[in-house]
Amino acid sequence: MLALENVHTYYGKSHILHGVSIEVGRGEVVGLLGRNGVGKSTTLKTTMGLVRPAEGRVVFEGKDLAGLAPHKVAHVGIAYVPEDRRIFRLLSVLENLRTGLERPGLSAERRQALLEKVYASFPVLRERRNQAGGTLSGGEQQMLAIARAMMLEPKIILLDEPTEGLMPRMVSQIREIIAILHREGVAILLVEQNVPLTLEVSSRVYIMEKGQVRHHAPAAELRGNHAVIHQYLGV
Amino acid sequence: MTVPGSIAAPADGRGGAPILLTEALTVRFGGLTALNSVSLAVRRGEIRAIIGPNGAGKSTFFNCVTGVLRPTSGRIVFEGEDIAGLPPHRISRKALARSYQITNILPGATVLENVRIAAQSRHHSWSLLRHYRAYTDVLDRARAILDAVGLRDAEDGLAANLSHGAQRNLEIGIALATEPTLLCLDEPTAGMSVTETRATVELIRRIAKDLTILIVEHDMEVVMDLARTITVLHYGEVLAEGTPAEIQANARVQEVYLKT
Amino acid sequence: MTVPIPIEQILVQTVNGIVSGMILALVASGLTLIFGIMDVVNFAHGELVMLGAFVGATTLASTGSFWLAFVTAALVIALFGAVLQASTLRPLLGRDPLTTILATFGISLVLQKYALWQWGPSARKIQEPITGQFHLFYLEYPWYRVATAIFAAAIIGALWLFLRRGKYGIWIRAATQDRIMASAMGIPVPLVHTLVFAIGAGMAAASGVLFGPLGGVTQTMGFDFTLRAFIVVVVGGMGNLGGSILASIFVSLLEAYASLVVSPAQAVIASFVALILTLLFRPTGLFVPTPK
Repeated sequence: MLALENVHTYYGKSHILHGVSIEVGRGEVVGLLGRNGVGKSTTLKTTMGLVRPAEGRVVFEGKDLAGLAPHKVAHVGIAYVPEDRRIFRLLSVLENLRTGLERPGLSAERRQALLEKVYASFPVLRERRNQAGGTLSGGEQQMLAIARAMMLEPKIILLDEPTEGLMPRMVSQIREIIAILHREGVAILLVEQNVPLTLEVSSRVYIMEKGQVRHHAPAAELRGNHAVIHQYLGV
Repeated sequence: MTVPGSIAAPADGRGGAPILLTEALTVRFGGLTALNSVSLAVRRGEIRAIIGPNGAGKSTFFNCVTGVLRPTSGRIVFEGEDIAGLPPHRISRKALARSYQITNILPGATVLENVRIAAQSRHHSWSLLRHYRAYTDVLDRARAILDAVGLRDAEDGLAANLSHGAQRNLEIGIALATEPTLLCLDEPTAGMSVTETRATVELIRRIAKDLTILIVEHDMEVVMDLARTITVLHYGEVLAEGTPAEIQANARVQEVYLKT
Repeated sequence: MTVPIPIEQILVQTVNGIVSGMILALVASGLTLIFGIMDVVNFAHGELVMLGAFVGATTLASTGSFWLAFVTAALVIALFGAVLQASTLRPLLGRDPLTTILATFGISLVLQKYALWQWGPSARKIQEPITGQFHLFYLEYPWYRVATAIFAAAIIGALWLFLRRGKYGIWIRAATQDRIMASAMGIPVPLVHTLVFAIGAGMAAASGVLFGPLGGVTQTMGFDFTLRAFIVVVVGGMGNLGGSILASIFVSLLEAYASLVVSPAQAVIASFVALILTLLFRPTGLFVPTPK
């Protein structure tokens, strides 16, 4: 469904992605692991159209997304949850969610239904729905960022390090949310540094190093392969 | 065999006081503690790497040592002198140089000019006559540095036309031109290809013979290759310190990196 | 030896200050919205006021209806603003701020000369729709001035409601806070920029028509508005809508009081003093909570 083909991305002269190729099938949860600075976030940003690749293609459902502005990429069915959450701090929780609901062709009933669904999965957001986004705790902001993406009813969500900076209790909540999304048939491209979580929820995993994909295997295979994990992620 | 975490005298005879010492270095930003009582000592002549997972405080530590950030408390002692809180230009005069992640070169000047200007800063003279006579010396010195960083062939080209890897090496050359005794390198191989990275590693190894080098890096291969001692930071504290082999064998460090 | 100023004069100047303040607020709120959302420093904003006044004067002359002139001017200039932004400013998004400053400055020169060509060098007149005066202390105070202030306040109130409710309000506020994330949420940010510019232009035109009966309509009237609007936007906090409204009234009151002791033309010095003091001591704006 989503394919990055030999993508090269630069920030100015800095060559960050050196020919990255990744695939995510319909409804699949795919993990992207790697140490800091290897280009994992850049891979997601390139997919979302926030950064233009110098070479290579991003193809979604058979269509080349070349040059598409990020809001058009959102319209074709890709949603993005960035590493620093980036919720709209001065908008209320409800207004944050509404940024994803104000789409053409969405009836008022459908909007309400989507809201109810997300409130059911994240009751704390219903409680705080009129509070400004900036007043939420880190974990709550992460929930809001994911819920907001869900409002787009996307076919795939690009999740950038959702567990970063969260307490262990919240990490298991993230695990549950990923499970819920997977049950609903939403594909996920999960960038993480938390290896156990990633191996648990993903069907396949790519490992990146220095701007390239260095290893690609089913998660089941990697769970027992400590050598590879240590080589690319350990010290 | 050095015990991890201790600061024993090195066996190669270059003993004496550490060139850089931090004592209980602490940095707080409002409610966030970026560095928590970090104490370490860098031995003269070694290559010391600072590593750690995301948010460990590596950049904060680096910025404190190079004068970009003022610590909340604690001491930073360089060559026996307290430098905590001094602005970067004063620290540079004391022979501590740093390279920057966002390249700091002058794109419109030639490669040689870039290094010459930095080299000239060391031999400032108000006398016009002496200034003129010293000029050829400065040029010679600049050329020697370009030799050391492998850019001598490109000396007359514009710095803007260099490849990314060459520009970062020029950065190192500019820092070298200020005749430091301690050189601080901030992710010197970021954004480089594998080939460029290898060349930079060789460069650093070459220049390390007469210098002490402090390096912050994400690339594990580079770190394990170059460093004599590695300090691992985690949530603003020193988690472990030791040789590359010791760090790789350290289960707690592996845990932290793999989040198991 | 200062001459004591009668309390009635101070009170009359207070009313005058509030009236000018509300007209200025209409101009400044558009300017600050535009800056807040797309980082464009619109040096042509005063010219939009001027064009609005001319279109209003022309429409009034041919239809005889002030209110028709008002609405026509606002709509025409809003549309013009949209076209202007889409054609000349949108391609400059993300470039060095100096580029947009030069671009909008150039546009202001072009618009001034265009007005000269279109309407000739003589000034125009707009008749106030509400004649008649009432007793304000020692003066006969025109009803029109009071009506202007109320009307401007109503427009600003409508703007505030628009931003707080409704789909476009959310789009505008989200795109102002985080342009990139708004785009990632499917909000068509380039379109929102054009919309905000159009709203700012429309409001500028509206204040031009409202100001017409008070000060006349000339090709060069724009500059004073641009100047004061900038002072107000800085004093109120750039991008801060509430701040720019408060600052408009504050600065206008300062000038009104100052013109009790010096001539009105020199009273603008009071605005500059406010600007300089703000930049020295509270550069993020007087009416903005202290940044932590």
